[in-house]
Amino acid sequence: MAAELAPQLSLSEALASRPHPVRRSAARVWSGLWPKLGAAVLLVVIWQLVVWSGWRTQSALPGPWPVLERLANDLRHPDFYAGIGLTLRRIAVGYAIAAAAASIVAILIARIELARRAVGSLLVGLQSMPSIAWFPLAILLLQRSEGAITLVVVMGAAPAIAAGLLSGIDHVHPLLIRVGRAMGADGLRLYRHVILPAALPAFVGGLKQGWAFAWRSLMSAELLVVAANQSSIGQLLQSARNLNDAQQLLAVMVVIFVIGIAVDSVFGMLDTAIRRRWGLLGVET
Amino acid sequence: MRPPLGGKAIVSNLLALSEKHALSVERLTVAFSHGEELLLALDGATFEVKRGEFVCVVGASGSGKSTLLNVLAGLDRPSAGRAHVHGRVALIFQESALLPWLTAAGNVELALELRGVSASVRQELAYELLGRVHLAGFEKRRPHELSGGMKQRVALARALAQDADVLLMDEPFGALDAISRDLLHEELERIWRESRLTILFVTHNAREAVRLGDRVMVFTSRPGRVAQEVQVNLPRPRSLDSPELAVIAGRITERLKHEMAVI
Repeated sequence: MAAELAPQLSLSEALASRPHPVRRSAARVWSGLWPKLGAAVLLVVIWQLVVWSGWRTQSALPGPWPVLERLANDLRHPDFYAGIGLTLRRIAVGYAIAAAAASIVAILIARIELARRAVGSLLVGLQSMPSIAWFPLAILLLQRSEGAITLVVVMGAAPAIAAGLLSGIDHVHPLLIRVGRAMGADGLRLYRHVILPAALPAFVGGLKQGWAFAWRSLMSAELLVVAANQSSIGQLLQSARNLNDAQQLLAVMVVIFVIGIAVDSVFGMLDTAIRRRWGLLGVET
Repeated sequence: MRPPLGGKAIVSNLLALSEKHALSVERLTVAFSHGEELLLALDGATFEVKRGEFVCVVGASGSGKSTLLNVLAGLDRPSAGRAHVHGRVALIFQESALLPWLTAAGNVELALELRGVSASVRQELAYELLGRVHLAGFEKRRPHELSGGMKQRVALARALAQDADVLLMDEPFGALDAISRDLLHEELERIWRESRLTILFVTHNAREAVRLGDRVMVFTSRPGRVAQEVQVNLPRPRSLDSPELAVIAGRITERLKHEMAVI
């Protein structure tokens, strides 16, 4: 009996059950990559044109080729990697602390009405405050230490992450919450199974914005904290400027730029994956 | 703490011995404040549903039908009166209301998990339940990859996963095309027969109510209470197009029009 009933799926159901065309991942990667590559080439061309216009001397503004040569040379030295490594370690620590703290604060604000009234508006204020403004205080409190740098990174990233998660929680469709409660989910279980997964897209948006703030804050902080014998990206920039070494300066800037783009594209992929999962991607062309 | 599967059967058997009614609603009144005004959604609704009975509630919009289900499911609170459900309740919504980030099986598994079913058997049970609503092979689809009818089948499987005694359905097939709806009527009737669930089915479609219900309750509009009860004694399975069904549905529709005219 059951077997006979199985083909009863109506026409509309059968149509909807067609599998989505699976596109080859290589083609997808390429379609995401070529506009970025094109933009990079355009940027290099403009850069070269400015150099050729003779606006500044080659020593003040070297062209792309010598800079890339210098970068290739730098990449053969372990010191360079040590600098990048320190910076990446700092951003990883600061960002992780910011994400954890911001998540806890956002959930508390969402759960507790008093917390919302108290901290909710502060969050907006904090978000618009340039995090480098925390730096003098951080130095007073923690001296010129790793802690001071971490504090600035956290203060830069946390408000954006918290705001993203909070808005995600606030905008969960009430129907989904009713569904969860009707299935017997309450309190923490409702958060774990319904509210937090539903808030994920907005949370990723907040994380992405928080990353940008964290990266900027770290660069500012590294330019200001000059600790001896500690090579970091900010330090490399600063010493290149002190030595009037424009090639080195621009080579380091290229590294900063590339790291920024790389992380951004990770968030982009995450966002696309979530939207594909939810069916929010629309028709692929 | 919820009793495990085996224990539950005993509990509900005991209840079945002691309780003839799965649902009893007594002078139920629900009011919502709307700015300065107080809106009465339900005003003294009183009725009972026997264990294993399939009862349909028909009413025009504004008759508090959804409010009634929400109160019975424990999502809204009554302002006055009482609503008693003997046993566990599952609610099926108008939109399928599946969680969009979970697969069909994942949605069913979540209901199992929230009921306390151990992780080792969840997937197997979910596949079995999806098979019961004829969705074998669609377990790994996400809601956006399913048609409206299929989504409601998943919602049905999810409700079954809650192992409820009473199934509350809030215009579940209202947004479906005629053929899908017809198929789901058969599906629901079959599941009801096999499981002896008690079903309270809300709709604004008199034919659908007569097609499915042992009994149809017509609700008044703004505020809602029971205006008329119709016992449907047609043999099952019934056809939406049968003339006998049309006669009964016609009388109910007349009564509904009368209710609408009162406002």
